[in-house]
Amino acid sequence: MRRRTGGQADRRSKVGETGWIAGAARLGIAVLLLSAFPPSRLTAQTIAITNATVYPVSGPKIEHGTVVMRDGRVVAVGPSVAVPAGATQVDGTGKVVTPGLFHARSTLGLSEVGSIASTNEADHTGDVNAAFNVADGLDPATPLIPIARLEGVTTSLSGPTNGLVAGQAVLIDLAGDRVETLVAKSPAAMVIDLSEQSKSAGGGSRAGMLQRLRQLFLDAQDYDRRKNDFRKNAMQELSASAADLEALGPVLRGELPVVAVANRESDIASALRLAHEFRLRLIVAGGTEAWKIADDLARARVPVIINPINDIPTFDGPGARFDGAALLARAGVPVIIIEGETGGARNLRWAAGYAVRFGMAWDSALAAVTLNPAKALGVDDRYGSLGPGKVADVVVWSGDPLDFSSRAEHVYIRGVEVPHTSRQTELLERYRTLPPKY
Amino acid sequence: MRSRPRSLLFLAGLAGCAASAQTRAPAPAAPASAGSPQSWDRPQYPSTYHRRPNPPVFIRNATVLTAAGPELTGASVYFRDGRIVAVGKDLSPPADATVVDGTGKYVTPGLIDTHSHLGVYAAPGTFAESDGNEATNPVTAQVWAEHSFWPQDPQIPLAVAGGVTVIQALPGSANLIGGRSATLRLVPARTVQDMKLPGAPYGLKMACGENPKRVYRTRGPSTRMGNMAGYREAFIRAERYRQKWDEWLKERKGTPPDRDLQLETLADALRGKILVHNHCYRADELAQMLDLAHEFGFKIRSFHHVVEGYKVADLLAKEGVAASVWSDWCCFKMESFDGVPENAALIQQAGARAIIHSDDPIGIQRLNQDAAKAMYAGQQAGIAVTREQAIRWITANPAWALGIDSLTGTLEPGKAADVVLWSGDPFSIYSKAEQVYNDGWLVYDRDDPKHQPETDFNLGIAEPGVGR
Repeated sequence: MRRRTGGQADRRSKVGETGWIAGAARLGIAVLLLSAFPPSRLTAQTIAITNATVYPVSGPKIEHGTVVMRDGRVVAVGPSVAVPAGATQVDGTGKVVTPGLFHARSTLGLSEVGSIASTNEADHTGDVNAAFNVADGLDPATPLIPIARLEGVTTSLSGPTNGLVAGQAVLIDLAGDRVETLVAKSPAAMVIDLSEQSKSAGGGSRAGMLQRLRQLFLDAQDYDRRKNDFRKNAMQELSASAADLEALGPVLRGELPVVAVANRESDIASALRLAHEFRLRLIVAGGTEAWKIADDLARARVPVIINPINDIPTFDGPGARFDGAALLARAGVPVIIIEGETGGARNLRWAAGYAVRFGMAWDSALAAVTLNPAKALGVDDRYGSLGPGKVADVVVWSGDPLDFSSRAEHVYIRGVEVPHTSRQTELLERYRTLPPKY
Repeated sequence: MRSRPRSLLFLAGLAGCAASAQTRAPAPAAPASAGSPQSWDRPQYPSTYHRRPNPPVFIRNATVLTAAGPELTGASVYFRDGRIVAVGKDLSPPADATVVDGTGKYVTPGLIDTHSHLGVYAAPGTFAESDGNEATNPVTAQVWAEHSFWPQDPQIPLAVAGGVTVIQALPGSANLIGGRSATLRLVPARTVQDMKLPGAPYGLKMACGENPKRVYRTRGPSTRMGNMAGYREAFIRAERYRQKWDEWLKERKGTPPDRDLQLETLADALRGKILVHNHCYRADELAQMLDLAHEFGFKIRSFHHVVEGYKVADLLAKEGVAASVWSDWCCFKMESFDGVPENAALIQQAGARAIIHSDDPIGIQRLNQDAAKAMYAGQQAGIAVTREQAIRWITANPAWALGIDSLTGTLEPGKAADVVLWSGDPFSIYSKAEQVYNDGWLVYDRDDPKHQPETDFNLGIAEPGVGR
């Protein structure tokens, strides 16, 4: 079932590097693959999109603007930018240009067919999987990546979903044939789950779950201070393995953000308390009832990852409402919008559109799928906006990217246009007229 | 990412039961008589729905998608006593009508969902409300979805706020034959009988493929050939049962044959009185089911979730079977792996009847948006599909699939006053249903909390009308 689309395997990559990434992650080392793209993937190309309506997101909209990319980076954005000699020109007249969309909580690259276990790599079965980094499980050849890309999604925080401490999520660019070329930052966040899903990890109660988490964090701090004692076996029994405690080090030093799933108001309040106690860089995910506690979240400058279409009441979040994202934005909370549909992340832009439908400002909704996730994960120096020096993830849209009538006409990832093909377009062409073209 | 529970998709199939106020008798096609000593001869769970008296309404100067002709601009829609009276330009409001200004707004028929589990898989989603799959036997034609339906499901008002006026509530897809469906008006009610759309035939839920063979893999069927054998065995019994009863009913003398609830429903499916709705993803399997229908002489009214419909759209057109689909769901299981967003457009192009359905309490709130996605996906791929066709995917075509197209589904004089006023183009993501009229009753008004009914569950839990 696996198919290679969008390029051939990069023979120059060393197989061993994959192990290095995950190995480093296991040691709790934040691996930044800054500009580590094999040069062969980027022919020294200069592309200029001209006369378009440009939304840099980091600044105001530019009418009749030009965006210049070179060697995988944006080099200029503005109303009166000269087109460099030899640049490939793309006429942007009547078009809209935005940064590539950033899906901040997905399993892209880790999951293919939901019900088929052999195609799912996102989850570890334990309760505490802090040392579990998903990078080695990534499949750059998954057909879901081209499907998401064709709707302008260029970046994904792909991560685990199961466990009180689910494990480490990684930031990936949706282009590349090897894990090394896919991964932009690993780990990019530690995922924990304070929703009802984790109750069993706390002996069946939320209080037990929090108690277990506090003990784990205390032990990790203890371990960090007393590694010599640990090696000499001169410490009390700790609540997790050395690898897990080690992996929690960057979290407790405030270096690695924590994505904490919490939906009920009281669970979000617990997350805030925990973050305060242990000085965590907290990002709330789920956030069904975050609107109820929006002022606290704004004061603590805690971003919220939310799927705005979730409005079905459950006991994990009975106060679900359609305008939750709009209320959070209005209260000053950095809002990050995700989608949860089947088939990858292709609906991300429309998830932002739903939020606009229910009162979120259009510009805020665009930021919620571009710059806000980049800021929350500390990668806004490279991702989420259009400006000199940024990774050239750029989309040219035929119209309003948040509405249904538009399409992504050109999608650039690291300055290279991705082909307008996917498994779905191949199926379409085969069956466009019947009988099919076998 | 796991925020939307999809488990229903895997387990569920539906089968609702549309009951009629006129009270069809069950299998034996005999006139119901309350005084009869025989249970089969008495009314069977009849509809108690009554239209509420409401003032006449005249919506003026709107863009109107009637689902029965070209899009009209600057047009009026006039309805009274639960019926559409007139649609068109150059109309003037009667003196007693409530006039609604439609300037800059759009009017469509009420949306109809052929595939819903509202009420049978109700929120808040605990086991206590999980009543959609009688997963105790692969053939449970004897169960009726209405006997599970909870009218206080808090998901119902959300669907209403999305412009939905009628649903088919179906049993799940765990079983080869899951049971009877119910076609319901989404109106506030204490009982399901108060929601049953008078005159609607019942539906029969059948399911192909992965779900039954997974659910019954330890005791069978565990293969697709096992699935086929299961349907055939059931219909062989039903054929015999029907014959016995039909013969007895001619004379009505002596002891009637034994009553069998399961075969009663299947016999009515064979008689064409109960419409067959078949959850079936794969193209090849769909062809098997058409052969099954030919073998036993019944019609499949609509395939549901037919993700691969585009591969056999010509066959769907030739057989006159409707195809209920999502715009772009794919890849959550193997039989959905070949989903393409152009599916509905390709089905339409082949001349078959395309329907956008939800199977989902969130999706049902956005049927118009899903239709928009499917329409634009088609247009962008160069498939000629029009707005007039796309609006039928969520109105007239589902009405046909449920056998209620003579009652509702279009804005034509004489049809039920199932009407939605939209803030803008219903094919734009930004548009919201502002007013929803169900049989002339203003069941939802976005600007008026008095017309935003909540179900009991939400009282004291959710703020009234929030976020709709």
